[in-house]
Amino acid sequence: MKILICLSNVPDTTTKAKFVNDNTAFDTTGVQWIINPWDELALTRAIELKSDAANSIENITVITVGEKDVEPTMRKALAIGADDAVRIDAEPTDAYFVAAQIAEYLKSNPFDLIFNGIESADYNGSAVGGMLAEFLNIPSVSAVSAVNIENSQVKIKRDIDGGTEEVTSELPVVAIAQKGIAKEPMIAAMRGIMMARKKPLNVVAPVEVEALTGIVNFELPQPKPPCKMIEPDNVKELVNLLQNEAKVI
Amino acid sequence: MSVLVFTENWDGKFKKISFELVSYASKIAEMLNVQTVALSIGDVQEDELKKLGNYAADKIISVNNDKLKNLDNQAYASVIAQVAEKEGAKVVIIAHNNTGKALAPRLSVKLKAGLGAGVSKLPSSVEPFTIFKKVYSGKAYSNLVIKSDIKILTLSQNSFEFEENVKSPSIESFEPALSDDLFKTTVSNVQKQTGKILLTDAEIVVSGGRGMRSGDNWSPIEELAELLGAATACSRPVSDEGWRPHEEHTGQTGKIIAPNLYIAAGISGAIQHLAGISSSKCIVAINTDKDAPIFEAADYGIIGDTAKVLPDFIQAVKELK
Ligand SMILES: Cc1cc2nc3c(=O)[nH]c(=O)nc-3n(C[C@H](O)[C@H](O)[C@H](O)COP(=O)(O)OP(=O)(O)OC[C@H]3O[C@@H](n4cnc5c(N)ncnc54)[C@H](O)[C@@H]3O)c2cc1C
Ligand SMILES: Cc1cc2nc3c(=O)[nH]c(=O)nc-3n(C[C@H](O)[C@H](O)[C@H](O)COP(=O)(O)OP(=O)(O)OC[C@H]3O[C@@H](n4cnc5c(N)ncnc54)[C@H](O)[C@@H]3O)c2cc1C
Repeated sequence: MKILICLSNVPDTTTKAKFVNDNTAFDTTGVQWIINPWDELALTRAIELKSDAANSIENITVITVGEKDVEPTMRKALAIGADDAVRIDAEPTDAYFVAAQIAEYLKSNPFDLIFNGIESADYNGSAVGGMLAEFLNIPSVSAVSAVNIENSQVKIKRDIDGGTEEVTSELPVVAIAQKGIAKEPMIAAMRGIMMARKKPLNVVAPVEVEALTGIVNFELPQPKPPCKMIEPDNVKELVNLLQNEAKVI
Repeated sequence: MSVLVFTENWDGKFKKISFELVSYASKIAEMLNVQTVALSIGDVQEDELKKLGNYAADKIISVNNDKLKNLDNQAYASVIAQVAEKEGAKVVIIAHNNTGKALAPRLSVKLKAGLGAGVSKLPSSVEPFTIFKKVYSGKAYSNLVIKSDIKILTLSQNSFEFEENVKSPSIESFEPALSDDLFKTTVSNVQKQTGKILLTDAEIVVSGGRGMRSGDNWSPIEELAELLGAATACSRPVSDEGWRPHEEHTGQTGKIIAPNLYIAAGISGAIQHLAGISSSKCIVAINTDKDAPIFEAADYGIIGDTAKVLPDFIQAVKELK
């Protein structure tokens, strides 16, 4: 079985959002880039699955649509334990564009189990995984909190709104990962970092696809009025304000 | 031509989000001067279907087919696409919840329709079609143009002030084409959460962080939640420690919620926590540290020990009732 992880390169989660060029572009000055947290968890799960020989996983590949500056993040994935990496050399202009690029690559390079994250920490689209599956006309399972392999069948646990379900799917399948898929992200060991330099990172040319959306500009949230402080021995006043001022209880 | 809404029901009763969606869709339909068509999949009785008319649906299409008992993303997306084509949908409105996030992207590819994910307001213009959406996990917003002929929007739960606007819609049943090759997944072992208010549906949420000190100290949070008809939540370390179940973890890597009232007890207000709760309409913080970042996000704050403030809070709410 071959596993693919779609990897989004995002600003560290503590980054303050700032914009340049008349608020049309994200200010990357001083930004630390990381593997999108969900993708990191999916990668961790893939490595756990591979470490059990009974699952007969041949290979774990990571793929990113992005320009050369995403390579350090991809190397991190190789250091953690992916076997090889593919970069589709294009600026990721929207989720449709990204999914179309990956789908095109997969048409000639098939995988059995394809992981996406539930949401990318930059554009919060929750879109690429489902789009990819539809482009390939294969099943997708979303909000996945566990993946196991039993007798070469992929067993998936997913959240529905108000419960959980177990899903068995034909392969290939796109599993869209959320919390629970792995407990903690795996960290690269020194040996892994050394090995990562030698692992293949293949660059492929993009195909022509037109994005369906375009960003006009960005806005920062309106500053909040200062917090109204209430004395700790006067909780009654808080309840009064919640009832009569905020009108929320 | 129309604006099509995909509604969701729970054992035959519409979820609140469905009314929110229909009301939102009807406002866009007005901007485009077209009809609002609501699609219901599942076994929903006529009386219940009619309720969608209270929020300005002009037409209701009901699909009730045994093959659609479980959510199969590929099959559901196909059904929505068939109805969208039949009704000449220009815009399709879906909830930004687990189900919606699973279906909207597939539909986007099927209809070659640009997706605006997680909107909370009406489009600022329909020509060009410009929406406003959260990016960078709530740290910023973006104005986004959807260029395709058909558009798909997913609406964040509890974000749109919906209102009644009673119409008497026509109800039509529809038999979609459902070829076997659409069904590649099988579902087993369905566990439905019962009797509890769902965190993502709740209007009030009482949440605890590491400042609660131990999972054994949760009874005031549960009691307050019970009194307020609220759901309970927690910060990530609390669920990591096993003090509370994982479903309660809110934040960047947990649930993203937007209740009317979010009460944060012993939560410092880390940026990743705020990413999941900052859209709440009113935030109350209880924390012993006056410099805790949660006070920057909060509307009301108490500098104090949860062990004392929560019991007083409970008492004050009881006196109210
Ligand atoms: C200059 C520039 C302009 C941009 N303009 C736009 C724009 O106009 N509209 C817009 O929507 N976005 C724009 N983007 C954002 C970028 O294209 C996003 O990576 C893409 O839209 C997917 O974001 P998402 O939030 O929809 O991802 P999601 O669908 O939330 O991501 C879910 C999962 O999909 C996978 N994934 C996401 N992105 C990639 C990727 N690049 N490569 C491989 N796997 C991936 C990961 O597994 C991720 O966990 C722009 C980016 C740049 C650099
Ligand atoms: C990639 C990434 C993703 C993350 N995702 C999430 C996420 O989704 N959700 C999330 O919550 N966190 C997330 N985190 C973790 C986050 O950074 C914080 O560590 C976490 O939110 C802190 O939880 P806390 O507020 O409960 O604990 P702490 O930060 O330890 O805060 C406890 C607070 O309680 C106060 N306190 C102590 N005793 C009392 C008392 N008796 N009465 C009142 N107040 C008291 C303290 O003053 C303090 O402010 C993420 C981190 C990373 C790196």
